[in-house]
Amino acid sequence: MSRYTSATPADRAEMLATIGVDSVAELFAQIPQSLRLDRPLSLPAGMSEAEVYERLAALAARNVDCEEQVCFLGAGMYDHYVPAIVDAITQRSEFLTPYTPYQPEISQGGLQAMFEFQTAMSELTALPVSNAGLYEGPSSVASAAYLAIGAGKGRRRFVVSRGVHPHSRETLATYSVGFDAEIEEVDLRDGLTDAATLAAAVDDETAAVFLQSPNFLGAIEDVEALGAAAKEHGALLVVAVDPMTLGVLEPPGEQGADIALGEGQPLGNRLDFGGPSFGFFCGTEELIRKMPGRIAGETDDVDGRRGFVLALQTREQHIRREKATHNICTAQALNALAATIHLAWLGREGFRELGELLVRRTAYARERLAAVAGVELLHEAPVAREFALRLAAPVDRVLERCAERGIAAGYPLGREYPEYENGLLVAITERRTREQIDALAEALGAAVAAEAVTA
Amino acid sequence: MNQQDEGVLTIFERSKPGRRAAVLPAAEVPEPPLEELIPAKLLRAEPPRLPEVAEPEIVRHYNRLSRRNFDLDSGFYPLGSCTMKHNPRLNERVAALPGHARLHPAQEPRRAQGALELMWLLQQSLAEICGLPHVSLQPSAGSHGELAGLLLTRAFHADRGEARTKVLAPDTSHGTNPASVTMAGYEIVKVATDERGGVEMDDLRAKVSEDVACLMLTNPNTLGLFDENITEIAALIHAVGGTLYYDGANLNAVMGHSRPGDMGFDIVHVNLHKSFSQPHGGGGPGAGPIAVSDRIEPFLPRPQVVRRESGNGSGPTYDLDRDRPKSIGRLRGFQGNFGVFVRSYAYILSLGGDGLAEASETAVLNANYLKARLAEGRAGKYLPVAFDRHCMHEFVLSGKPMKRELGIATLDLAKRLLDFDFHPPTVYFPLLVDEALMIEPTETETKESLDVFADAIEQILAEAEVDPDKARQSPHTTPVRRLDEVKATRKPVIRQALD
Repeated sequence: MSRYTSATPADRAEMLATIGVDSVAELFAQIPQSLRLDRPLSLPAGMSEAEVYERLAALAARNVDCEEQVCFLGAGMYDHYVPAIVDAITQRSEFLTPYTPYQPEISQGGLQAMFEFQTAMSELTALPVSNAGLYEGPSSVASAAYLAIGAGKGRRRFVVSRGVHPHSRETLATYSVGFDAEIEEVDLRDGLTDAATLAAAVDDETAAVFLQSPNFLGAIEDVEALGAAAKEHGALLVVAVDPMTLGVLEPPGEQGADIALGEGQPLGNRLDFGGPSFGFFCGTEELIRKMPGRIAGETDDVDGRRGFVLALQTREQHIRREKATHNICTAQALNALAATIHLAWLGREGFRELGELLVRRTAYARERLAAVAGVELLHEAPVAREFALRLAAPVDRVLERCAERGIAAGYPLGREYPEYENGLLVAITERRTREQIDALAEALGAAVAAEAVTA
Repeated sequence: MNQQDEGVLTIFERSKPGRRAAVLPAAEVPEPPLEELIPAKLLRAEPPRLPEVAEPEIVRHYNRLSRRNFDLDSGFYPLGSCTMKHNPRLNERVAALPGHARLHPAQEPRRAQGALELMWLLQQSLAEICGLPHVSLQPSAGSHGELAGLLLTRAFHADRGEARTKVLAPDTSHGTNPASVTMAGYEIVKVATDERGGVEMDDLRAKVSEDVACLMLTNPNTLGLFDENITEIAALIHAVGGTLYYDGANLNAVMGHSRPGDMGFDIVHVNLHKSFSQPHGGGGPGAGPIAVSDRIEPFLPRPQVVRRESGNGSGPTYDLDRDRPKSIGRLRGFQGNFGVFVRSYAYILSLGGDGLAEASETAVLNANYLKARLAEGRAGKYLPVAFDRHCMHEFVLSGKPMKRELGIATLDLAKRLLDFDFHPPTVYFPLLVDEALMIEPTETETKESLDVFADAIEQILAEAEVDPDKARQSPHTTPVRRLDEVKATRKPVIRQALD
């Protein structure tokens, strides 16, 4: 008997008799002999639960996680505190183990949670329409591009700020091959999207303009001013946002965005080495029938009781097939639930306070680190929870020295931004204390000093 | 207000100004007004109207919601093509270890060796199971894997100076297939199904041309039948230079018994949230890794997890390889749904190679047993199997006679099953079977649960012979009864109105 199955030899005999065959092999006879694997799979033999645990724990022990190291890494995913109720609720079988809610009568819990998620994300972004979530941030950017192509009446150009996350821009480029679309990237100047270059790049063939705020270097963009070019040429304005900043920063819906989206991980989701998390995707009323992904809607049952269903399913692949607005099926419902619980836990006041805390600790850290010899600000634009530095020493060696002192000092910018060869992106969460920030300043100072000498 | 009505308030409707759950750490740093740090015009005037609720009520709210969900741990879930097998809790435990759960995705590879090794081991395991040498774990779900496969196909042909326009898929294919084809910029061409439930070979021959980039196939297909002509199909497609794509949604039927690579497929996606026990979460997360042949490998997404031999006797190291000049590029952020990889690798370790083969065997045994039970009595009369031969892991019944003779539709039967505490099968799919019911029991169900399900169907049909309204008006025992889906689409209310 293999793990997690129940069929005893007696069961098997009875079942085979009912089927009318002598062996299970007869059932596999429909597979031509030449295509049957004539050997066992070359995988280790099955293990006991205790052995599997030890094996996985040994692998986990070879990673340096945020409990062993003070983490100033961000770049889209952040070491926030996830409240205990998120784990307690999302691990309940009733949320963990159902399928997508195709049978609404027995899926009201999940559907209502989606409806609440949509309401929360709509509030955060100040846009009226939210879907129930996509895979993660960067592919959500590409999904917005697909929507723009569909809505764009033949327009096949995208104008993209280089402040948009490099993973998002790479993902957009990958998808765009299928859309037969061309991409023009707009450089940054002093940490911000260059407004004049952007305005010159947008034309009547442009389907969408993509911005991110705070951008990848942490700088808060003036979305409204930059977006004017998109409005003028009838292109969709797509803005990627960090949801954790939306308690304090002007929401994209009030800045003229047609679509606001982003990486949802900071809301209630663990780091998990990059996933699973979720992407959120909000838009204007006009886009409601062009949205990708699931959307829950409120309705009534035959007795007039309030209930929820998957709404607007005629957009979706299981109904519309090749004419669907997107191909997505399984997405990230449980991760979106985690976000909903986290947001309820933070609440209206807590969410704003957390945003303020991030801004103030970030301001402190930025000032503290910029005062370190051999460290200067890469830009002076306003920031919320992440900022960029320029080091007077090779960044990789500085990072190694900090890591030896138990600090992940930040994200090196050079690979994705060759012009910032020794650039370092530092992220702050509510878990990063003043003491830890001071320790980073000290470690960074010592490391830069040591490496600047040896360099 | 009774407990029932209490359940339909949203968390926003439970809000009362001044209540809260979160207590945040003290600032510990100077606290100037925000306007001194960020220009006022970039600041938000009013915070988003999130609910104001204390922790005990948040917990009760979501517990109440949870009781309004049916789930796999509560009962039989024979949802065709979804492989609702048991979700081992061990996998949750190991995924939650801080070394996995609190590992930052930008951690440098030297300090994430355990995670990269796990990914590499999973890649090796999936390569062996699929019979294809190279694996990318990046796609986030099955349909993301499909899109990846089509973009790989495009890159493969572009590299040879070819631009092809068409992708073939059987009329039994999952809806994601044609949707992915459009996203990848191709035109879908449907291939007919023959009387044995396989690809209609004459129709395929007529449609194969040098314009065909790819054929997408599920094997066993969505009828639960293995296409015996697969070798010939592969030869036809390869002869015109196309690629062969395997939709791995039904891999649970053949693990350790037959491998897509050996059938001639170039690209396979694997749904880790189906065959490899990742919990479905009410609609995700999942993961859709792809396995590919040598000729497709240069185009795989980047970064790719690689193992490097040290050469100095200190053992191998693992790294993220970004230097892949022919790569189609990234499909998403960071490295993929790592938490899903941990669970699926734990599952593979638990079962081992022989256990996976046994799982498929039992899945096929269970499906054929249930099919045999449903060929008896009233089910056999009103719900004939669409293609009468041994099935693999699932099978399709037609509710056409039931509808004609009893006046109840497949939808009615599905809804009546809810009153018996079953999740219904997949209904009205595949499209070529009238009033279809697609049933996949999986290997983790007992004979007893299959018997009880077959008995329930019998009972519902018997009841419908005398009182069809019972089914037509079902469900009767669920938290809500049939919902007005038309209204939800015509006049969509998709968020809570707030004052």
